[in-house]
Amino acid sequence: MLNYVIRRLFYMVPIIFCVMVITFFLFFGLVNVETMARTQLPPRASQAAIENWLHQRHYDKPLYLNMPGVQRYQAGQPFYDSLFFANIYDLATFNFGDSLATNRHIVTMFKEGAIPSLLVTAPAFFLSLVLAVSFSLFLVYVRASKLDAVGTIFCVMLMSIPVIVYVIICQWVLGNLLRYFPAYGFSLHGFDAARFLALPIAVLILNELGSDTRLYRAIFLEEVRADYVRTASAKGLSPQVALFKHVLKNGMINIITLTVAALPTLILGTLVLEDFFGIPGLGSLSLTSIRTTDYTVVRAVTYAGSLLYLLGLLLTDICYALVDPRIKLK
Amino acid sequence: MNLPYWIQDLLVALALGVAFLLLWLAGKSDRYERQRRRFLRDKVGLVSLFVVTLFLAICAADLLLLPQYNNDGFHLSLLDWCFQKVPQETSYSAPLAWVDAKGAPLNGRHLLGTDALGSDVLLETLKACRTALLIGSLTSLIYIPIGVLLGIIAGYFRGWVDDLIQFVYSTVASIPVILLLVSILVVIGKGIPQITLALGLTSWIGLCRLLRGESMRQAGRQYCEAARALGQGSWKIITRHLLPNMMHLVVINFVLGFSGIVLTESILSYIGVGVPIGTASWGIMIDSARTELNREPSVWWNLAAASSALFLLVLALNLLGDALRKAFDPKAA
Repeated sequence: MLNYVIRRLFYMVPIIFCVMVITFFLFFGLVNVETMARTQLPPRASQAAIENWLHQRHYDKPLYLNMPGVQRYQAGQPFYDSLFFANIYDLATFNFGDSLATNRHIVTMFKEGAIPSLLVTAPAFFLSLVLAVSFSLFLVYVRASKLDAVGTIFCVMLMSIPVIVYVIICQWVLGNLLRYFPAYGFSLHGFDAARFLALPIAVLILNELGSDTRLYRAIFLEEVRADYVRTASAKGLSPQVALFKHVLKNGMINIITLTVAALPTLILGTLVLEDFFGIPGLGSLSLTSIRTTDYTVVRAVTYAGSLLYLLGLLLTDICYALVDPRIKLK
Repeated sequence: MNLPYWIQDLLVALALGVAFLLLWLAGKSDRYERQRRRFLRDKVGLVSLFVVTLFLAICAADLLLLPQYNNDGFHLSLLDWCFQKVPQETSYSAPLAWVDAKGAPLNGRHLLGTDALGSDVLLETLKACRTALLIGSLTSLIYIPIGVLLGIIAGYFRGWVDDLIQFVYSTVASIPVILLLVSILVVIGKGIPQITLALGLTSWIGLCRLLRGESMRQAGRQYCEAARALGQGSWKIITRHLLPNMMHLVVINFVLGFSGIVLTESILSYIGVGVPIGTASWGIMIDSARTELNREPSVWWNLAAASSALFLLVLALNLLGDALRKAFDPKAA
């Protein structure tokens, strides 16, 4: 098992390296560092101010290789003293540096944003898992009936509404018109936090419920057709017992292996939702930095996002290996 | 670009002609006899096909330019021409109201009211069809060839080709989609071509993965082995045997992916990296509703019109995709 995990980890090294190269290319290769400086400095900043800004952030280096003839060549320095290698080294050691706009440590910003993000995404994740599983089991129970068809179309309807519309309507109707919930803001103090969080969590669940239910329904239907269910029915088990004891358990294996991949990325929060409800999480942090062209933060979020995604894949692989003994032998 | 206006008309007619020819050929061929009959029995599928065709017709009507000019010196489209009689107002007005938000009398009645600039919301909503469908179809034109080609090659040849393609798509997939899209768009700028490119470069992975698995399965089947034993080349086997046997997956993925692209466009517009301001877009209309709803009295018709149109299109596409899947693979649905 440990062997298997280590092997999977080694598979990820080239992918992580490639992600570093892509993020470097996007944020340094395509955007000139001087342009980057100009977006942050006041308009009509002098060349000296720009050079000073670049020097403070160690951006006054050649782009790829420190060779004679390239821009900003520094004689006496080794060839790897370039932005590219510095960038790879920083990302590999999780030294994300400071935000361009606020000059704060990005790692500190991440730590502050992770808790509000998790407070929204984690309850929404578990609640929507429970709701979607129950709803899809119900649809499987009444399968091939009118109710099933109506339920499936209802799921498609839920899927077809963009998240922004959910947010705007919920915020306006429940927050502004009926005043059941505060429409905007965040607090970490007990009951207050729950009041602020209820609406975003509900919207997140609504947004995911449709597609999740359909997916789980397909998984359960696959199980219902399996031979062991037929055997159970032939032996006289009632459909309810067959469904809730046998199908549910076997289907849950597939569902958990599928959903476990999403667990690490929960920490990143949700981009649009947090911004709307004023939750100071990582999602609204990334959106703010996109708007203020704060390249270092966007780069760090992108990189952290892909690391977490890969971690999710690793978790999936481990789950599969735990469930299916044949995989370990490969 | 100073091309004569009828070149665009010609292109639109050509594209529509090709699309209908393909549909007609697919419907006529004996290969899909059973699937066609199954699809024609599905009422939900037929209705959604009708709705999608309606949206396509509106989009085409807005793409067809007429030899007439509007006040700004641009060519009128067929859609503009239909709405020629609708007068321009100066500010918000509620649906079917006689006076605008400030109490001034209106030049005419508007079925869905008017927006901040006094334009008819119904016309704006219909014009946004063009943006959505254009982005959807151009993106599909980019990502479907990439996904099909890479997926089939990976599944058919296996070995190092498969490893390489798998590596490329795992890398791209590992970067969060929205952040990757935003990063690309922040760098290359706003505009429909840019969005199309960015979406095209990020959406092929699902299709590629699907076709890789499927072609692995199909390549082991007897008909492929028979073709190989008879001495057919790899390229012939891929185009003559594998591709036709997977075409339905491509079509279903195209229809379902289309709805995803339309939804993503609305999110990108909200983030501020979507289509440029001034383009009719449901995303921008929905986004502007955030401030409009809090006006006194609140302006809800803009949001209602845009989100219902978006909802209707995406719902129809999703249901159509489902109906097609049911027709091709009744066991899976």
